[in-house]
Order: sequence, then structure tokens, then C-alpha cells
Amino acid sequence: MVRGRGLSPPYSELIFLILNAMAEQIVIGTLVTGGVYALLAIGFSLIFGNARVINMAHTGFFMLAAYGLYYFIRRAGLDAAPAIVISVVAATLLGILAYRFLINPIREHHAAVLLMTVAIVLVFQEAMTAVFSSKYWSIPSLIPGFTDILGVSVQNQRLLILGVVAAVIVAVWLILSRTKLGIALRATAQDAEVATLMGISVPRTLMVTMGIATFLAAVAAVVVAPIWTIYPAMWAGPLVMVLVIVVLGGLGSIKGAIIGSFIISLVEVSVAILMPERAYLKVVFAILAMVIVLIVRPGGLFGVIFEEERL
Amino acid sequence: MLRRLLKDFRFSLLPVPGRIIAIVFFVALFFIPLIDDSKYALFVLTTSNLLVIFAVSWDLLSGYSGQVNFGHALFFGVSAYTVALLHKYFELQPWATIPIGTVVAVGIGVVTSIPALRLRGPYLSLLTMAFPLMLLGLVMAFKDWTGGEFGIPGIPPIAGSHVGEYYICLIVMLASVLVMWKLTDAGSKYIRTGLIFHAIREDEIAARASGINTINYKIMAFVIGGFFAGLAGALYAHVLGTVSISYLSMTMSFRAIIYVVFGGIVSIYGPVVGVYTLQTLLTFAGQGGQNFLGRNLILIMAILVVLVLLFMPEGVAVWIRDKIERECPRCKLTNVFWRKECRACSAPLH
Repeated sequence: MVRGRGLSPPYSELIFLILNAMAEQIVIGTLVTGGVYALLAIGFSLIFGNARVINMAHTGFFMLAAYGLYYFIRRAGLDAAPAIVISVVAATLLGILAYRFLINPIREHHAAVLLMTVAIVLVFQEAMTAVFSSKYWSIPSLIPGFTDILGVSVQNQRLLILGVVAAVIVAVWLILSRTKLGIALRATAQDAEVATLMGISVPRTLMVTMGIATFLAAVAAVVVAPIWTIYPAMWAGPLVMVLVIVVLGGLGSIKGAIIGSFIISLVEVSVAILMPERAYLKVVFAILAMVIVLIVRPGGLFGVIFEEERL
Repeated sequence: MLRRLLKDFRFSLLPVPGRIIAIVFFVALFFIPLIDDSKYALFVLTTSNLLVIFAVSWDLLSGYSGQVNFGHALFFGVSAYTVALLHKYFELQPWATIPIGTVVAVGIGVVTSIPALRLRGPYLSLLTMAFPLMLLGLVMAFKDWTGGEFGIPGIPPIAGSHVGEYYICLIVMLASVLVMWKLTDAGSKYIRTGLIFHAIREDEIAARASGINTINYKIMAFVIGGFFAGLAGALYAHVLGTVSISYLSMTMSFRAIIYVVFGGIVSIYGPVVGVYTLQTLLTFAGQGGQNFLGRNLILIMAILVVLVLLFMPEGVAVWIRDKIERECPRCKLTNVFWRKECRACSAPLH
């Protein structure tokens, strides 16, 4: 192009179209990815807040549910609805059992608990590799097709994700704020000893917490499995992002987890769309965002600073 | 001097079974090339020795001083990549690359300790875990210089033969473990770091109130941890002849934690036992992937870790030590488990 002549009208129109399409993609991508991260991060945050367990196996249950859905739809030939129900229920049960028999007995040894969750997720990964091999699998969309919203065509699957995420977040908020169970959960998070004195069974509350958390992870998995690929190491990427989100939002804070999810997914999706050839930088930028927040506020955005715990 | 050594040998080494086992084990390591000098066996042992340095340095930083670092692979990987890049672009030889790599790792240790001074507990752990992943992202994003997922091959070996390499790594490992053992010895009269690390881990405010500059000692813990992890990383890169992104991965960080917690945290011998059980024994038992065990190594290892954590959460080495040694309730001297009375003050041992 000759210098100083400026862009001719067709070019500027094209650039405008490309920018517009990019902006649309960033908005939709942020909402979808952020929603999935929000479900995962809420669960992670709940477990940490109540049981003080850093659960590295959290996205392991996410992976199990995704594999479950793949198995029941593609291999066993079930319909989508029963497949979803079976995978979610199975993953949740497995989460509760793992907590009851593997994590609970050694809860007072912090390093041991962390290592236990790492070992659990490694067992899951190797078991999935042994059963399904290390290939990449995919599932068809649960609702195929596109919908036009304000002149933007969006995959129906993505709309489904947004709807499910919104519904689940509202449900969790209602449970935590309106029911007796929610009061018990929050009381345990604040002070387990006083909660026991008030007649709350702390071990049972912690098991319920683990159940809710794995349920959220499993729901996230079944809605997002059709647009992500399924492979044995699929737990690692989301786990890193969830850790970043939870630290950024403040450990143990549900509000922080939700807001953090959308901040981090905005960073991630923008990097992936604006510089596709340097897509690996998305982790770098996400972590940079976290480090900046931590340096300004050492407890995260909405962090609950835990005083010295009573034993 | 010689008489003092002999006295030490008779009264503080012979009656303590744990120390005898340690000495016998380390002496046996020197004779292994005489028994089996196949390239494969020595390679497995050499890498194990380097992983011992790596795991023990994690124990010093996270076990003793309580700064639980989930991203120990940062020091290891930075050092290994420094070595590889120095060799690739400046054609430097091992005698130059290893010290430079270690120094870079120490520098990274100082940089990491800056946020570590502001944060504590789980925030610190998760932040440190993020650092190697950030570097991993940079390595993958700038493939032209770092080789991306294929890494940088063609790093020269340290010594001409694999036996020489084995002895160099063995001696470096013994020296490092000895230094770290002395640095963390809380009962030492001359070196105070051990006692101070214990104090910082147990109660940082009380330590500060007793006139200890905890900030200096925390930075020192990161520097020592970074130094030894960096040394291990630099040697590892030379032994393997290649660096790849697995050096910086989350798995590498967790390997240190797995070995240490498996063997027993806050004990220098714990990580040694952890590495030799989980790495060396399992690799030899797996016969390089020829039998069932070898094909499912990670699965078996993970199940083993789960079982050990359930039944001996203090770690294998600590569990065994508690079985074969008994501490005198009056004078705190260690005795063999079959003694009824303390060997020094004859107090009953029950």
C-alpha cells in the first residue's frame, strides 16, 4: 500500500467487520468459559472454606464426568438425558466416597491431604488412559444448531451452558442463604468448633460440602464436554485456571470465585483471539493478573483472612 | 581428633540403628558400579541421586522453614533451561554452565521470596505454584528460541563415561545432603539456621519477638532451596542431554512433594527414602515398561502413595524409625528398640 493514501472504503469496512466479529467472539467466549470456571471455582472455594482442603482432585471429578458422558452416549448408546443423570450422580457419589474414605482420615496432616488429592487425580488420569487410551475424543452437541441474538449467531450448546450456569449459581446462592443446610455450611466455614457446639454435625456438613462441590464440577463437565475435547490430562488446564481464579478472588469466597472467573476468562479468551500464534501466553497473563491483585491485596479481592485456627 | 571421631563412632553412631542403615546405604552406593555397570542401571541411579537433591531442598524450604512451595520445579527448570540456552547460543562447557545455572536459580529464589514475604499459608503455596507455569507459558510462546514442546537437545555430558558421571553425581548428592542436614540440624551448637527455621515454622510472631530477623531467614531459606534445586536441575540437564517443558511442569513440582511426604516431611532422610523407593525401586521393578508394573508405573505409584498416606501419614521413613528406635524419656537419647533401659542414664524405656 502506498503511504499517506489512507484506507479505501472497502478495506475499512472489512476491518470494521473483523473487529466486530472479534468483539462478539470475546464476549461470548468470556461468558461461556467464565461460566464453566465459575462452577468449578465455587466448588473449589466451598471445599477450601469449609474443610480447609486444597483439593487438587477437583477437576479430576470434572474429567470423570466428561468421560462418563462420552462413554454413555458414544459407547453405550444411551440418550443424552439418562447419560447426563448417570454421569453426574456417579461423579458426585465418587467424590463423597473419596472424601469419606481417603481425605477425611488424614485431615490433620495438611501436606498429606494435598498429596492425597494429587494421588487421587493421578489414579483417575491413569485409569482413564487405561480404559479409553490417550486419544482425543469428542461428543456431539446436546442441542445442535445456532440461534440469532441481536444479529449474532450463537451455538445453542453455548446458550445452554450460559443458562445452566446461571441457574446453578442462583440455586447455590439460594441454598447457602435460605436453607438450614446453608446456615450449617457457613457456620462450619466460620468456626468449626462453635458450629459443633450449636448442634451441627461438622463431619456430615463437610461431606455434604464435598458432594455439592463435585456436583458442580460434574454439571460443568456435562455441559461443556461437547465443545471441549476429552483426553486424560484435561484436568490440568482448568485446575491451573481455577487455582488462579480462587486465589485472585480470595480463598473461601463465593463472590470472589464468580467475579474472578469472569476476569480470568476475559484475559484468557482475549489472548487466545487477539494473538492466536502466542496462545500459550494466556496462562502467563492470567497469572500476571493474579500476582498484581495479590501484591495490592494479599488476601485476594474478597478474601476471608483466617485467623489462627483453634484446634 | 582421631580419638574423638572414634568415640563419636562408638557412642553416637553404633547404638543408633537409623544412622547405621544410612551409612551402610551410602557406602553401598559407592560399590554399585563394581556389581553392575550397565548403562541403564547407572543412569537410573544417577537421575535418582539428582532427584534426591531436588527433594531434600524442597524439604528444607517447605518442611523446615514452613514456606510451603508448590512450584519447586521453577528453580530446577530455570537452571536446566539456563544450562541449555548457554550451551546452545554461547557454546559454554559444563564447568561454566552448571555454576551459572545454579546462580540464576538462586536469583530466582530471591525474586520468589519477595511475594513470599507478604503472603502466608495457602496463598503462598498457590502463588508459588503459578510461577513455573508462567515460565512454561513463555517457553511455549517463544518456540523459536526455546524449542517449545520439543525442548533443546544436544547438551554435552559432564564426564566421558557413565561411571564417571555416576560418581560425580553421587558425590555432589552426598555433599549436598550433608550440608542441608547440617543446616537444618536444630541441635547444632555452631549453625543456628536449623533452630531458627523450626521457630519460624512453628510460630513466626514468637520468633520475631525473640529478636530473630525472620525476613532475612525466610529469604535465606528460599536461597538455599533455590541453590540446591538449581544445582540438581543443571546436572540433570547434562545427564539427560536434553531439556524439555516437563522440567517446569506441575508434575515436576509435585514429584518433590510426593517423595518428601512419602518418606516423611521435616526429616532429611525422608526424601532420600522416598526417592529410592518410588523412583529407583519402581523403575527397576518395572523393567523399562516390559511388564504390567512398568506399563502402569504412575498408577501403581499413585496407589502406593494413597495407601502409605492412609496407614502411615507421617511417612514411611519416620514410621520405620519409630519402630526401630526409642527415645529415652529422661535424657532424650536414641536407643535401639530391644533395649529395656536407656544406654546412658538407665531410665526404663516405656
